[in-house]
Formats: sequence, structure tokens, C-alpha cells
Amino acid sequence: MKTFEYDSPETLEETFSLLGPDGEGATRPLAGGTDLLTLMKADIVSPDRLVNLKRLGELPSGIKETGDGVTLGALTTLTEIERSPLLRRRCPALTEAASLAATPQLRNMATIGGNLLQRPRCWYYRNSLFHCWLKGGDDCPACDGQNQYHALFGGGPCYAVHPSDLAPALLALDAEVILKSRNGERRVSLSEFFALPEEGRRTETTIREGELVTALRIPPHPEGTRSTYLKAMDRKVWAFALVGVAAAVRLEGKRIEEVRLVLNGVAPVPWRVREAEGELIGSEVGGELFTHVSETALKGARPLEHNAYKIPLLKTLIRRALETLTETEVPSG
Amino acid sequence: MPKVKITVVENGFDKEIEVEVPEGSASWTPPSESAVLGKRIVRLDAPEKVSGRAKYTYDINLPGLLHGYILQSPLAHARIKSIDISRAEKMPGVKAIIPLDKKEVFYHGDELVGIAATSMNAAEEAGRAIKIEYEPLPHVAYIDQALAKGAPQVFSDRPNANPKPETRREGDPAAAFKGAKATVTATYETPVICHVCLEPHGLVAQWNGDDELTVWASTQGVHSVRGDLATALNIPASKINVITHHMGGGFGSKFGAGVEGVMAARLAKKAGAPVKMMMTRRHEFHSSGNRPSSLQRIKAAADADGKLVAWEIDGYGSGGINGGAGYPSPYVYRVPNQSRTMRDVFTNGGGARAMRAPGHPQGSFATEVMVDELAYQLGIDPVEFRIKNDPNELRHRQYRLGAEAIGWANRNPKPGASNGAKKRGMGLGACTWGGGGGPSTPVTVNIHPDGSVEAISGTQDLGTGTRTVIAAIIAEELGLQPNQISTKIGETRYGPSGGSGGSTTCASVSPAAKMAGVFAKQQLFEKIAPKLGVKPEQLALRDGKIRVTQGGPAGKDAKWDESKTISWKQAAARLGMEEVSARGQWIPGLSSSGVAGVQFIEVEVDTETGRVQPLKVVAVHDCGLVINRMATESQINGGVIAGIGFALLEERVLDRNTARFLNDHFVDYKIPGTYEMPEIEVIFTDQPERGVIGIGEPPVIPLGGALANAVYHACGARIRSLPVTPNKVLAALKGLRQQDTGL
Repeated sequence: MKTFEYDSPETLEETFSLLGPDGEGATRPLAGGTDLLTLMKADIVSPDRLVNLKRLGELPSGIKETGDGVTLGALTTLTEIERSPLLRRRCPALTEAASLAATPQLRNMATIGGNLLQRPRCWYYRNSLFHCWLKGGDDCPACDGQNQYHALFGGGPCYAVHPSDLAPALLALDAEVILKSRNGERRVSLSEFFALPEEGRRTETTIREGELVTALRIPPHPEGTRSTYLKAMDRKVWAFALVGVAAAVRLEGKRIEEVRLVLNGVAPVPWRVREAEGELIGSEVGGELFTHVSETALKGARPLEHNAYKIPLLKTLIRRALETLTETEVPSG
Repeated sequence: MPKVKITVVENGFDKEIEVEVPEGSASWTPPSESAVLGKRIVRLDAPEKVSGRAKYTYDINLPGLLHGYILQSPLAHARIKSIDISRAEKMPGVKAIIPLDKKEVFYHGDELVGIAATSMNAAEEAGRAIKIEYEPLPHVAYIDQALAKGAPQVFSDRPNANPKPETRREGDPAAAFKGAKATVTATYETPVICHVCLEPHGLVAQWNGDDELTVWASTQGVHSVRGDLATALNIPASKINVITHHMGGGFGSKFGAGVEGVMAARLAKKAGAPVKMMMTRRHEFHSSGNRPSSLQRIKAAADADGKLVAWEIDGYGSGGINGGAGYPSPYVYRVPNQSRTMRDVFTNGGGARAMRAPGHPQGSFATEVMVDELAYQLGIDPVEFRIKNDPNELRHRQYRLGAEAIGWANRNPKPGASNGAKKRGMGLGACTWGGGGGPSTPVTVNIHPDGSVEAISGTQDLGTGTRTVIAAIIAEELGLQPNQISTKIGETRYGPSGGSGGSTTCASVSPAAKMAGVFAKQQLFEKIAPKLGVKPEQLALRDGKIRVTQGGPAGKDAKWDESKTISWKQAAARLGMEEVSARGQWIPGLSSSGVAGVQFIEVEVDTETGRVQPLKVVAVHDCGLVINRMATESQINGGVIAGIGFALLEERVLDRNTARFLNDHFVDYKIPGTYEMPEIEVIFTDQPERGVIGIGEPPVIPLGGALANAVYHACGARIRSLPVTPNKVLAALKGLRQQDTGL
């Protein structure tokens, strides 16, 4: 790890001035550090300076319910999310995702803002000896290498998968991100916040230079909306997802009125499957519906040499998630 | 007094000597009469360890201590054209840099340059400033690549594998196959796995003048570390003291000083300051050894009665740049007709070292799965099938005990019979090991006039509880409690000792401790008897007291003069200026070799996600006389945990294209956690009459095969390659479904 300077400002203004436009990666904001420090120790990023965000009084903190839904301050830890009775009531998918992520020690440190911004766990990306495309190189060594943990969708030029458990849950909950910079505040839906890396932007998000994630907002969902997150791991805990499924469903009687279905561990970003959602909306629960839907969800999958097992695994999780959410009918009207 | 012959090492040569032993002392107190031995004894160093006061090598901090670091090769195979350290040497905090004398590197992580600096960070930064010019050479990561036609050679002067290996034959396999009722041909694979010592390899080196060296090492062999350092540094062994009071795991990988240890001493000398060189986790994964991989092509057959009749194996194994990748097959089973070919294959991976039961886990896995395949094919109960083919009678008893404990009889014998997506199944495997002792490690016992007792030995405790074993044996002999014995071990200056490997420590040290106790007691009696006005043979020690007979010799039927009973302290006080100091040697008759074991496992397989959850393990083992029942159980629990890791999770992954180590960290090299742990039931088949035998390695052996067999019983998926990942289970189940629809 390269030595670095450390600043711990108390105001946003000072923070923005420190983050200033002094070259790519030279200054990095630091929250929980559970991702950034591992990147630094592995010599994947080598900032000259870290700017601590944890003493910023101006960042909204904690989990609050407003008329406009639920707001989570960017520094909210995964432990706080996991333990929040409000979230457990309103958005169980998020609670479940938090409780399945990492370990208790890591969840005590990790923040939701950092969680959305974490970089892939691809073992080629995380190894400084591979100058892969995501790090500015020419190609993806996983493509014809050890790709058992890699992408089924959206792959090329990068085949890494997004590591966050919470991001797919938040997408299923239709959350938006609140970003601040010197130029003010902007709000983007999570589906726009995440974007497949591309030639001019070799990252997984559309956050701009000089911007900070300050909060997340989960909109209010109509009565009867249910959500869940299921995760498959090769160890029972403390493993990144082989694959995951986040789903939010609103039923009326036996009919599905609204649904969002997001796959995890399958693409460089959390992967929403809209065609499968389309098959669900307006359909009555029962018969072979979920089996068909899980087929549809995986229709465009392009497995690499070693990751085809993810397809049956995802089909199972999709079916199980939808079954769990529709086990009991919601009285109509 | 009777005499026994023992072999000792003198000036590097074995020499047979005769030692006198007091009548009746060359046998252990029967468990029914012993006060301490065989009971559940809390480790003497447990309070130190759980409170964090125990000092491991990592905890050693000395004034002016420098941090050592070794720069490693980023390439799997390359010629070194030049190394330029000039810029690095001038960097702040850098105190010494020593390049290793190497012309070529053979694996990703091969060691190149040692650096000592005032901080780890400064050392690493200096590493980045060292300029090395490489000429990349072609490489091979896996056995199939190494054996391919025209494959690059790992070593230019040797082929990757012996092109004409010897085939060992017994009987007539070809004829036996013809007459067999069931024949299975299959290929089995086990990956390279790493020792994963939680305390990495390394040592702290401190020079005193030019030729005196003190070393705190994380090692399972203080004497072998001293020997390595003396040779490498060309100083007398007598000038080196190696200290290992506590260490965090070795599993066979921590016998020598290693590249890192010698480098630490050289850097310390050059810098004129002590150096702490503990491997980084990455370095540990790359360079501290591993269990070799195996690729086993086996054809085996049994007759209609379920007797194995023929076994043919074309076996390969790779220990990277090291050899020693062989394994036993057909392991514990008797097969009259055999043909075996074994080949070590060089690959560009970190070199193998002994790892807990070298060769056995690999051999056991393939053998146990093959045996299971034949048993199911013949419709014979897998337990009964094993009993028919296993010549060891003790194991026959263990199969029955284990089957009873896991509820084998209640299982539906048909694979995949249980309803629903989550299915349960049972499997088993057997093991064998030596674990004998030898005369490597004398023990000295001193009794001081204040009643305090110390036991001194040059052995070391690699985590198995050796300190407590020594104390318990001496306590038994002196009628005291283990915590009344202060045990000093883990320093070369405490006397000679062998390394703690091959499950030999307990069987070597225990007889020596016993004899030290016997001689100490004898000396004590001889010294205090005149002062008590009695004969030495009238005295006996029990429960912290000295009892005196009414006149005859002490013993079971003696008549005691209770008025003369005195406490241990009072007795020791009679020593006056004459301390007791007695040395015990290993003698035959108190230890033996050869253990048997059987493990059963019940698992639950989620057939839709491929996840395997271990539910219960029954581990039936013998190790002769049990000294500390609690520590022995711990030892078996630890073996089971490591066995689950091998069966379910662990695998070193090299990139096929670059031969670089991809999962050299705990995110992707997964070891089992609490949730992988099943209920573990340990059953001992004690054989106290055989004396002490080691139990370190056997419990790690059988679970690879046992778990794969349990998965088969649960859901019908036959997994022939470890680890049993969701990926493989799903693939095997998919294969099954295709078969189903194909019918």
C-alpha cells in the first residue's frame, strides 16, 4: 500500500474543496473503508490522500421515515440497516440483504453509500498483476480464464459481477440516490445510477467526479407490497454471492399487480429482468407461472466456460423468492 | 534393576545404549487406578491463551525492531536478467536489502529479495522501487497442461513427469477383472490446498555480537530451525537459541527456518538490528507449502460376494515445484490383484510440504468413493462392504460403533429416496496412521526444596497441548496435580528434541516424561528416607502427600503408618540443599504405533442450489492410551474441521493461462466457518495396553470421501472431484436428469 495523507474535515464545503479536481483517483473519500482499504492494500488504487467523511455533521444520518418514504443517510451502517425495525416492516428485502452480507464485524463498519460504490470482487481485477480492461487495460483475463464467479449478462469488455447484496434489494424497492457536489444536489434512480462500464467510464456507476452519495430514498410502497432477497453462497456466511435474487411484489387477491425482479452476481451491475416482470404482471399466481418466468429471466444468459451452474441456481432462487412472496393471498379491495 | 536397550543419537549417529529402569516402572498406571491420566485435563496454558497473554512470535517486539519483507516474483516462470536495488536502498526507513542468489523463478510468488525497514510499509515501498528485469518463460499451472504433448518444462534438466514410471503389480489384475461381478472405471481429483496456518510462518532474529543468535520462531521444530540457521549462516548451533513458547499452527509446513527465516537473520546482521519477518498472508499462501493435487484414474472390481478382486490405478499428483505428491491406493483395503503406477508431476506452482497426514487424504478420497460405487452397484450395504474388505479388526468394531451412533440402520438405503428438494444422506470413510514414538526427546524433572516442580524439555507445543501432557504424566507419577508442574518447553537450550510432525510428539515425549517422573521420585525417596528414618521403598506418593508403610515395601496391599504421613511440601523441605534433578529417556513398551479410525457423516443437500450442509460427524478413533481426553477430543474436532474444509470448500486456484495464484486471500480461498460445522461426536476405542500413540493426523483423513459418499446417498449425485461445490453438485444432478429423460 502506498503511503497517503489523511484529512478529516467537518464541513461539506471543506470536503468538496479537498476532493477538488486534482486528477483522477488522487483524492478519495473514505467512509467505512471496507472496500477502499482492501483496494489500496492490493495496490489496485493508490490515492495520495483520503478524506474522512465520518465526521461530517451535514451528512444526513440514520434511517428516517418521511411522507416521501424512507431515507437512509449515506453513512448508515449495514448493521443499522439490518437491525432497523422500520426497514424490517417496510422493506424486508433490504433487511435480508444486509443480514446476508459479509460478517458482523464488516457490517459494523460498512456504510450503505460505500456499499453502492464498491468495486467488483473479480479475482483478476483485485490482483494488481493483471492489467485488465476495467483497470485501463485491453482485455478481460476472466473471459478465457477462471470464470466460475463471472457474468452471464452484460459481459464484455468486463465480465466481473457486481458484489453488493443491498443494491439489488434497493433496485427492487425502486430506490433513488441523492448525490451532492459543489454544484448542488441531484437525484437519480438506482437504475440510472448503475450502468455497465463502457469505454469512457470504466466503473459500474454514473457518479460524477466531485460528487458524494449523501442519502438514499426508498419511495413509499402501496399497502401489501412484499419483498425478499435470496442469496446463494458456497459457504453459509461470509461469502460474496454466487448469485442472488431480490424481488418486490404487490398482489391483489391472486393477481400480481406490480413486481420488480433483480438478479445479483450475474452482470457488472445489478440486473433487472423486465421481460420476466412483464410476464408476471397481471398474471394469477399458480401453475407453472414461476417456472416459466424463471426461464424467461435467464433467456438471454451467455454462460462462460465455468459459470453455467449459475443458471439453474438462479431459476431456483427466482422461483423460491416468488413463491415466498405469494404464499398467502392479499385480500383484494 | 532391569535394563532396556534404546537408541539415541550421538554426534549425529544412532547408538544403542542400555538404561536401567526401576522394577515395574516401564508400564503405565492402569486407567482405573490413575488420578490424572486419561481424564479431561484443562490445558495449562489455556488462561494465557484466552486472555491474550500468551506470546506468539508475532507478539515479540524488541527495541529497534525492523520489519522484514520479501519481494516475490509476479511471474510464474522467468529468467532473472538483473536486479537493481540502488534506488530502494536510499529510501527512507530502509535498513538492509539482500537479493537472493537466483537466476530463475519457477512460480508466482517465488522469493527474490529480502528487505528490512523501520515499518512494513517502508519495506513494501522499497520493494516497489526495486527494478527487476525478467525474461518470461513458458509455464504450466495444472497436471493436464504439464502432461500435454510439447508442454513447457518446469525444470530444463528434468521432464515434468517420469516418462517411464515403474508399475507395481500384485497378483493378476487382468484375469481378476474378467471374472468380476462389478467393475467401475472412474477418474478422481483433489485440488492443491494450503495449510492456512493462522499465524503465518516467520521469525524474529536478534544477534548478540557476531555469532550469537536468538530467534523467536513460529515452528514445529525448534531444533530443525536451529540446524537450518547454523548451516546457512555458518555459525555453531551451540550459539543459537530458538524459542517457540506458543505457535499458531503448522500442520507439517513449519519445520525449517525457511527462506524467510534465513533472510531475517541475514538482514538483522546486515542492518545491525533485530528483524521480525512474518510472512504476509499472500506470501504464506504462495510459499509456505501445500497439499499436492491428485488425479487418479482407477479401475476396480469386486465379486458377487462384495470382495474386492482387482484394483488398477494410474495416479498423478503435483506438488508444484516439489515432489512428494504420492498417495496410498487402495488405501486400507485388501485387494489381491493390483497394478499401480504413480507419477509426480512438476507444475509452476508453490512447492508442496508435508500437510497433516501426507498423501492419505487424497488416497482416501478416491479409494472411499470407488469402494462406495462398487458397493452400491452390487447392492451391498457400504458398511458391510467395507468390513468384508478391510483386514483391520479394530476398525470392524469401529464401523459398528460409528454406524450405531449415526443411526445408519435407520437410513433408507436407496440414494435420493427422501422427499423434497432438501435431501439427507450418510457416508463413511476409514483411516490409518503410524504415530509412534522414538528416543528423540528427553525430559528433565527438578524438584526444589520449596516443593515446586519443573519439567524441562526441548520439545515444542505446536498447539496440541504438549505442555499439559508432560505435566500430567509427571503429576501422575508424583501424586500431584498438573498445574503444580511448571513445564518449560519450546527452547533449543532446554535439550534435544525431534520436530513435532507425523503425530510422533506425544508418543515420544510421554515415555520420557514418565521415566523422568519415575527417576525423580526414586531420587526424592532416596534423599528424604534417611531423614525420615525409614527405607526409600517404604514411601509412596498420592494426592499431594507422602505416605509411609509400617515397615514393608509400599504397594497396593501395604499397611500404612498414617501418623507418619506428611504433605508434599513438608517432604520436599527435607531435601535441604539437595535438589532432585532427574532425566528421563524414551524407552520401548510405553508407546506403540499404528492407529485405526472411521468417520461417518450425515449431510443435507439442497438439490436446487447444490449446497451441502454437514449435519453430524461421528469420529471413531483409537490412539492407544489416552493421556488428556479433552485435548484428544479437541485434536479430533480440529481434524474434522480441516476435513470439512478439504471436502467442501478449499482449493488453490491458479489461472490456467498465467499460472498466477488467484485466490491468495481469505475472500476467495474459503476455509470452513462456524456454520459449516456439524455436531461432532467423538468415540474412542481406547487400547491403554498399547501405550501412547499419536492422534494428530488420522482425524483429518476420511471426510473427503465420506462427505462425497453422503452426497451420493442423499441425492444420487456422484461427485468425483473435491471440493464438493454447488457448481459440481448441480452439474452432477443435471447429468442425472438428462439420464432420466434419456431412458
